[in-house]
Amino acid sequence: MGYTPEMKELIKRVEATRQERVERTQRGEYFTPMTLDERHDVLSKFHPDYMEKGRVAVRVGANKGDVYPEEVVACIESYPRIMPGQVKLDELETKSADILVIGGGGGGTSAALMAAENGLNVILATKLRHGDANTVMAEGGIQGADHEVDSPYYHYLDCIGGGHFTNTPELVAALTHDAPVVIGWLEKLGMMFDKKEDGRMMVRHGGGTCRKRMHSAGDMTGSEIMRILRDESRSHKDKIEVIEFSAAVEILKDANGRASGALMYNLETEEYFVIKAKAVVIATGGNGRLHIQGFACTNHYGATADGLVMAYRAGASFAFLHSTQYHPTGAAFPEQNVGLLITEKVRGLGANVLNIHGEQFVFEREPRDVESAAIIRECTERGNGITTPVGRLGAWLDSPMIEMLEGPGTVERELPAKFMQFMRYGIDIRKEPMLIYPTLHYQNGGIKINDRTETGVPGLFAAG
Amino acid sequence: MSTQTIASGDRTILPEGTRMIPVYVMGKKYMLPETLTIQKAIEYAGYQYIRACGCRGGICGACPTVWRTMGDYQLHFGLACQTVIEENMVLAQLPFFPANRAEYKLEELTATAETLVALYPEILKCVGCNTCTRACPMDIDVMGYINNAMRGDVGRAAKKSFDCIQCGMCSARCPAQIAHYHVAQLCRRLYAKYIVPAAKHTASRVSEVEEGKYDSALEALTKMSAEELKELYVAREAEPFDSEGWEPEDKANL
Repeated sequence: MGYTPEMKELIKRVEATRQERVERTQRGEYFTPMTLDERHDVLSKFHPDYMEKGRVAVRVGANKGDVYPEEVVACIESYPRIMPGQVKLDELETKSADILVIGGGGGGTSAALMAAENGLNVILATKLRHGDANTVMAEGGIQGADHEVDSPYYHYLDCIGGGHFTNTPELVAALTHDAPVVIGWLEKLGMMFDKKEDGRMMVRHGGGTCRKRMHSAGDMTGSEIMRILRDESRSHKDKIEVIEFSAAVEILKDANGRASGALMYNLETEEYFVIKAKAVVIATGGNGRLHIQGFACTNHYGATADGLVMAYRAGASFAFLHSTQYHPTGAAFPEQNVGLLITEKVRGLGANVLNIHGEQFVFEREPRDVESAAIIRECTERGNGITTPVGRLGAWLDSPMIEMLEGPGTVERELPAKFMQFMRYGIDIRKEPMLIYPTLHYQNGGIKINDRTETGVPGLFAAG
Repeated sequence: MSTQTIASGDRTILPEGTRMIPVYVMGKKYMLPETLTIQKAIEYAGYQYIRACGCRGGICGACPTVWRTMGDYQLHFGLACQTVIEENMVLAQLPFFPANRAEYKLEELTATAETLVALYPEILKCVGCNTCTRACPMDIDVMGYINNAMRGDVGRAAKKSFDCIQCGMCSARCPAQIAHYHVAQLCRRLYAKYIVPAAKHTASRVSEVEEGKYDSALEALTKMSAEELKELYVAREAEPFDSEGWEPEDKANL
């Protein structure tokens, strides 16, 4: 349990530089952030997205010729689970609703709630339990420009700068415009945001932000969001029917090419059935569990690209599917925690990222892709990584700085889930640093949508 | 070690000389490598999960598991994804428990003991055995927050139960048939909505957004070239780490 004697010996080097690093932070001095040119350099040499290895061109469909990770392409090009003619749709058990939402996470449940608020009947179908989704795994926070020193204008700049000025402008505008409204909506639903006594939202910096706009609920922000959305949906049973452990297999379209429901499969009884609807919302999450390029992954069990495949086969197209986000701080030790997310909040609270010598080599709040590439460079090319007993590489995330900067009790108050997750294995993150390495986190692109979440296939929407 | 493994999915890399130990999955014996979590050990044995597997990271509540050690009477409780297997463990997973969630509309309620008792009268039947607390894989003082709820201390119940992942082990073990985690959910929502003051700055920003205050600025940004955006991006004033009372010099776009 806990760190090995060899690792404990290395931690002494981190301890040796800690006091000075804390004092520097207190004086407002930081490791110099990279210029845009330096960012480009480290990304092009070390970020997995920029490598040729493991990427192939799609041979079919609307995005024919585009190059994506081979694990994604294998799913897109696979044979259908069931061939037309093998099922007779009109002989199957059929349910109907105004809206079919496929996916029971934050996006899907929000869609269901908003449809219900507008008087529509919804069926929400999910292949796992309602709420089993990546939403619950979001730890550090949710961003929205709701403070006086901030505005959607700065949120827009931070966002599109983090995306290297390549994002779809109308989507960034929709996101940054609506974000404060969503924060307000969640607050009204009874979400326990971290607040000051007068009700003011506590906010922190995220990677690449110029203003503090990361709202949180401990380090269980996504879990808290999902808990209240699911609970609220249970107050609308007359409008929202939830069907669990039932996966959508194919989107069904009517004679005019409009999405009109889905062929479903009950995972437990192993029977097909049909849900008819006037519109379909795909909110099935990402592809993290395909373990692109063999990376460890922060994602939920269900994040297997199902929605991508269904939407593509129904005629939708993809945008930015070549791009995958590697979160810079996934756990690299102990082995039982490998790949698990260590929230950005740890760096937001001031923890430095360090190499084997206990030295800083990157500003701890670069945008995630830059931070990840810098860690990969330090551990591989520069040979300054820490090797775990089973041969994994990692860098230190110096969590003991947090209480030196923010006072005793901060870790348990602000990072309760993380604290517990490491204590289980004999590591007290208040006193010992965490070993981290980039881990697969987001599928950055996905089904191509406009700012009304329309996919281009009439009646088919995508969200989440 | 000579070779360095950077990436291997989330498959656990077994150190050389890993011992195989007997573990009983629902009473059936398998020899499994020690150091694996219960979740990965059951998969190693050849099972594929439909239920009882979710986030794999200790936060979704899908994989509550009960176990005993062969020869010992005592029951233990934990999450399969977070608990390392031990020799002669006898495992059973409980992915669902039929606990009652009362019918209510949050906006029609008040944050009082009367509300809680009307919706969940069974909380008054608590016998004080503390079995719920002992069954909690998140080390929450479950009986403590039920006592708070009984007395109408919604705030304490909310804060004490904050780490709840709603796995349902508390309710599965309760002789009084209390649906603890649903009571806790209600307390947290009542507390956040009716007791904690609303954020005034959020409400005023929402009005500004809805009145269209930022529409033209955002519209202009969407039309800018990457070069123009880069200039604005590089010129952003950064809010400092310790920003109490800080104000930017340029307030034109706030």
